[in-house]
Amino acid sequence: MRPDPDTSYWIEGDAPETPQQTIQAEPWGETEVVGQPRPRVDGYERVSGSAVYPADITLPRMLYGAILRSPHANATVLSVDTSAARQMPGVHAVLSAFTPDDAATRPHSEFIRNTLFNPTCRYEGEAVAAVAAEDPYQARDALRAIKVEYEVHDFVADERRALETDAPPVHEGGNLGREPQTYERGDVARGFADADVLLEEEYRCECEIHTPMELHGCVAKWDGDNLTVWESTQGVYNVQTGVAGALGLPLSKVRIIGHYMGGGFGAKLQAGKYTTAAALLAKMTARPVKITLTREETYLAVGNRPPANMTLKAGVKRDGTLTALEFAGMGSGGAYGMGGSSLLDWQIRDLYTCPNVKTELTDVYINAGPSRPFRAPGHPQGSWALEQMIDSLADAIDMDPVDLRLKNTPTVSQGRDGIPYSTTGLRQCLEEGAATFGWNDARQEAQRAEQGHIRRGVGVAAGLWIAGAGGPPCTVIVKIFSDGSINLNMGASDIGTGTKTVMAMVVAEELRVDPNSVQIEHADTSTTQYASASGGSKTVPTESPTVRAAALDVKRQLLELAAEELEVDVSTLDMRDGMIVSTTDPSKNTAIPELQSLRRRRSLTGIGYRAPNPSGVATCPFAAQFCEVEVNTRTGEVRILRFLGAHDSGRVMNRLTYQNQVFGGITMGIGYGMTERRILDVDQTGKMVNKSWHDYKIPTALDVPADMTCVPVDVADDQANIAGCKGIGEPATIPTAAAVANAIYHATGVRVTDTPLDPTTLVQAIADEREGD
Amino acid sequence: MTRNGKDGNEGSGANSGGVSRRGFLTSVGSGALTVAAAGKVAAEATDTSKVLVAQEMSKINLSINGQQKEVLVEPRWSLTHVLREKLGITGTKVGCDRGECGACTVLLDGVPRYACMTLAVEAEGMEITTVEGLMDGEEIGPVQQAFVEKDAYQCGYCTSGQIMAVEGLLRANSDPSLHEIQHGMAGNLCRCGAYPHIFEAGARAAELQRGQGGES
Repeated sequence: MRPDPDTSYWIEGDAPETPQQTIQAEPWGETEVVGQPRPRVDGYERVSGSAVYPADITLPRMLYGAILRSPHANATVLSVDTSAARQMPGVHAVLSAFTPDDAATRPHSEFIRNTLFNPTCRYEGEAVAAVAAEDPYQARDALRAIKVEYEVHDFVADERRALETDAPPVHEGGNLGREPQTYERGDVARGFADADVLLEEEYRCECEIHTPMELHGCVAKWDGDNLTVWESTQGVYNVQTGVAGALGLPLSKVRIIGHYMGGGFGAKLQAGKYTTAAALLAKMTARPVKITLTREETYLAVGNRPPANMTLKAGVKRDGTLTALEFAGMGSGGAYGMGGSSLLDWQIRDLYTCPNVKTELTDVYINAGPSRPFRAPGHPQGSWALEQMIDSLADAIDMDPVDLRLKNTPTVSQGRDGIPYSTTGLRQCLEEGAATFGWNDARQEAQRAEQGHIRRGVGVAAGLWIAGAGGPPCTVIVKIFSDGSINLNMGASDIGTGTKTVMAMVVAEELRVDPNSVQIEHADTSTTQYASASGGSKTVPTESPTVRAAALDVKRQLLELAAEELEVDVSTLDMRDGMIVSTTDPSKNTAIPELQSLRRRRSLTGIGYRAPNPSGVATCPFAAQFCEVEVNTRTGEVRILRFLGAHDSGRVMNRLTYQNQVFGGITMGIGYGMTERRILDVDQTGKMVNKSWHDYKIPTALDVPADMTCVPVDVADDQANIAGCKGIGEPATIPTAAAVANAIYHATGVRVTDTPLDPTTLVQAIADEREGD
Repeated sequence: MTRNGKDGNEGSGANSGGVSRRGFLTSVGSGALTVAAAGKVAAEATDTSKVLVAQEMSKINLSINGQQKEVLVEPRWSLTHVLREKLGITGTKVGCDRGECGACTVLLDGVPRYACMTLAVEAEGMEITTVEGLMDGEEIGPVQQAFVEKDAYQCGYCTSGQIMAVEGLLRANSDPSLHEIQHGMAGNLCRCGAYPHIFEAGARAAELQRGQGGES
């Protein structure tokens, strides 16, 4: 298992040393605040328009930047003539590979580091120049006035052709970025020999684009040699590292602020070239510079989920025992990076008990925009293959698809040499999900219904997420002021998942206050403590135990202070509603502001460090999703009638935001399975032809069922961390697309193995099937 | 397309500014640009002789959340740009700047419109309501309250637009069915996928606006 080197989901190897915990916390049993469905602590800001997103920042004398991008899939920039642009009204600075100010270099990956405006443009949308002007209209005018001379080269934009001998090399050394990665356990040949039924199928998933609602962007401002950047990001510390590295600045001189941000899904885990460009333009002009990408730019240049081409061969016995799985996956992370096939095989390796597994992952370069991590990298793709295959196997041995999955639920992580999971709720997800969904009845009902051109079907798919345990390093501070009010200081970004609310609830659980009274400082590299980027479904399991540790630390200090002043044993004291309460003598109860010793101290500071994860166990979230569809076999249109997500993500921290994550994951999965596809003109230009929300269709209010159900398997994972929680964001989208495909198969008897499962594709498949009969 | 320099009747044009500026719009003849305020434009499209100069600043009066704002604008500036970058009214968001996502939805004369597809000059003479206009001082309004209660957002970036779409829907239909809510929200994308909660918020907002507060 090796993540894309560009990403920051994991720290490989041992985690850095974490200071020793001063608090040994018992696991929570019943909780008062944690687990409740609570509206967000920043709900007011989000609905009133007063939340300040980076794009909302306007500073005095601020200029607007814009980026000129290569219109060609593969070209060399021979010259950039900026003379006309510089003369245009309102234009203050122009920057390109041919201006001396471009000293910055940025790492594209651990293999490639090049200049900000690299004259070799390997994909449509690679940055060529940047301008700063008085308003964004003038900045765009100036871009149009820049004359660039390109030498246009042949390109390869279809990863399936990248290894053909006549394919133009994207980099010197060819399009195979590295040797294919292999994994093997047991003996698949023997496994296949033992099987009663063997099936083999090819699957393909199209490239998906993140397109968060807020465009990528930032505002950069210098004060002397100190740089402040407001960035729409999932991780301020990642951006700090990227910008400081590119500009050759000490980390301490680069302050990144990211209080509110409008969605990322993995596309905002790192600094952009635009961030460096904004900083350079601001330096050149001695004025703040705001850069907001256009929607088209976000389709081309700031990440995607790579296309995947997969072959899966599977063997099963008549009793449902899986005997062997053999998988080959090929993908492309575009022109840079090796994230094209990352983790495609993880579902195959780890989700079901199977003694004989062999996988191979191949990654190639093409002339297309670089991938970035996208909500559970590799997993929805692998799920699309495995979960349809499991459905086909169930069909072949005449077994219920839920029963076949139950037959093979594992208790150990086979992909990690058989170490146990700290908890595994896969069985409960399947059983409780099926029961709440009414699986058996719905399945029979669909078959009994009229067999006209409107057909009904139900589908199931399961999944797990490789990460979702969180881990160190992470530091949190909880302060109590002399009046008893509380401040929570953490570096984590709240990317819309409700992080701030959950952490306020954790503080409230320990200090017995109203979560809304906890004042929160977060996501600022200068004023808040270190947290890794919010991605990988690890924010809640990383931060929650750390916040709890900090709250317990400050509580211990406060109670010790109070015990001394009140002359009682500290073990008899507790906190509630702003009071120090005695469990033995109510006359000792004291309002916190009345503690003289606290008044003299002015404040108490509790520090929490994220403890290491337990060794020798794997901590993963699990999922099973169920849906019911109605298919018009004459038009290929699919109406999803209802969806249910049953999830084991450990302790449910906030029932309301948890459910929102599940519904959001399902919604994104519906788009992935049914409509979303990057279309490149692979024959003539290599350019993307659908770089807009009109032509690249994400789910709207009319494409998702209002009837969604969230079934949390609410079992605390107390071995994993002192909050008992695992991540929920990524697992919520892993099995969705496959569940829809399985439901459509159940409705029609037609199996479509390529995304997107849109009406055109489906009606053609139905017609082919009819002819085949 | 007429490009004959200054409006010949600048004096009178200042008084009937809305008319002349809409004349500019129709003379440009961009189908896309006329979408947002199609009704008004169609009604006054006969006068094509009055033209604004592309690069020249015009003084316009905008009525925003009940307040009159006098601003100097270029004819090409969108209402979104003027609201956000010139007036600092940033509740209205930009998601695409091309009429696809609805993050910039505002009410123009009570009807939800994409502010990115509306030129600022075109909005003169209309009552513009942004999400800030639903506030009563520091208190949030019923639709906003419903969004908080139902957790009808994640990142919150599309939320202003979603709220304005619900507000517009409820002004036209105080008791919408689920189907009508879904259709009312169909022009507003939410990439986080909070739609089921947004539908609930729409129904809850209708309750609150009808004065049926109580527990949700």
